[in-house]
Amino acid sequence: MELKEFFENFAEVMDLDDANSLSENTEFKELEEWSSLSALGLMAMIDEQYGVSLTAADIRGSKTIGDIIEKIKSHSNE
Amino acid sequence: MSNPFSLVDKTILVTGASSGIGKATAIECSKMGAKMVITGRNELRLQETMQLLEGEGHQMIVADLTKEDDLNSIAEQCPLIEGLVNNAGSTIMVPTQFISREKLQQVLEVNTIAPILLTQIFVKKKKIAKGASIVFTDSISGVKIASPGNVLYSTSKSAIYGFVKNAALDLAGKKIRVNAVCPGMIDTHILDDVSVTSEDIEADVKKYPLKRYGKPEEVAYAIIYFLSDASAFTTGSSLVIDGGFTLQ
Ligand SMILES: NC(=O)c1ccc[n+]([C@@H]2O[C@H](COP(=O)([O-])OP(=O)(O)OC[C@H]3O[C@@H](n4cnc5c(N)ncnc54)[C@H](OP(=O)(O)O)[C@@H]3O)[C@@H](O)[C@H]2O)c1
Repeated sequence: MELKEFFENFAEVMDLDDANSLSENTEFKELEEWSSLSALGLMAMIDEQYGVSLTAADIRGSKTIGDIIEKIKSHSNE
Repeated sequence: MSNPFSLVDKTILVTGASSGIGKATAIECSKMGAKMVITGRNELRLQETMQLLEGEGHQMIVADLTKEDDLNSIAEQCPLIEGLVNNAGSTIMVPTQFISREKLQQVLEVNTIAPILLTQIFVKKKKIAKGASIVFTDSISGVKIASPGNVLYSTSKSAIYGFVKNAALDLAGKKIRVNAVCPGMIDTHILDDVSVTSEDIEADVKKYPLKRYGKPEEVAYAIIYFLSDASAFTTGSSLVIDGGFTLQ
């Protein structure tokens, strides 16, 4: 997985102007733009781009963008 | 004692009777004296509803409403009916930019196309009696409100809002009435969707003036009103049942 591209996809879902502010350590739920729609968007984006179906529980159990990336990796190894 | 809400001598078909609102509707209608024909895909859960029906002479039909053959087969297996409850429905939650043709079709097939075609087939095949009542389980989602991720569902349900009014006009000549119930959130398996968290639900409940979600029976009672002769002069209407949610 290309990290830069993932941050761009993430920013797109969240309607963030600048993906450069994101890193693996970003606590995404603390972002002002985070909403229940972002969670749905994130799941749909990950499904579409990475072929992995995360659940709401996966999102809930993640604090940082790095946690999400870990979840995607572990699901794609299944 | 006479009861204007009685369903004695009426045969009523309920779709989506294996769960939630449809299950409660089937049970409550049977308590009002109706003969029920219940349908759904899941045979086991349909059987469970069957066992909870009061009275005798009920029938169950396992069918997938997205299959043309199944729609026809329901009409063939069904006796002449005095009531049709188009209740089956489902949802896929997705933000607008992630809509795909496949997801759009999936939601429209169950929520919009199937109930419209089932209605058409029953009228065309004269399987629905003069003076009968057709009730749709619509939603406040669509015509009344929008909410995050509900774009496909809202689209499918607002189409039903339009269909109910037009079909009511078209079928008035046959003395067939067409109405809808528009529930807000009701406590059913529809809430089991993986994309909804319990925190989301708790926060959402607080937005209801009556401070709770509805119960399936509370929708069923309104459906009974529309099915019964108590509503003989009511057609083309959509009754909101939402604990006051859309008042704000
Ligand atoms: N719960 C709410 O908050 C709420 C609010 C407003 C409106 N509604 C509407 O109320 C109706 C009933 O929903 P519910 O809350 O009772 O949901 P539910 O508990 O999930 O029940 C849905 C029913 O629809 C049936 N169904 C789904 N797809 C089908 C298909 N392809 N073919 C045949 N049957 C199918 C299911 O049967 P099988 O699983 O056996 O196939 C099940 O009996 C729906 O139209 C829904 O949109 C619900």
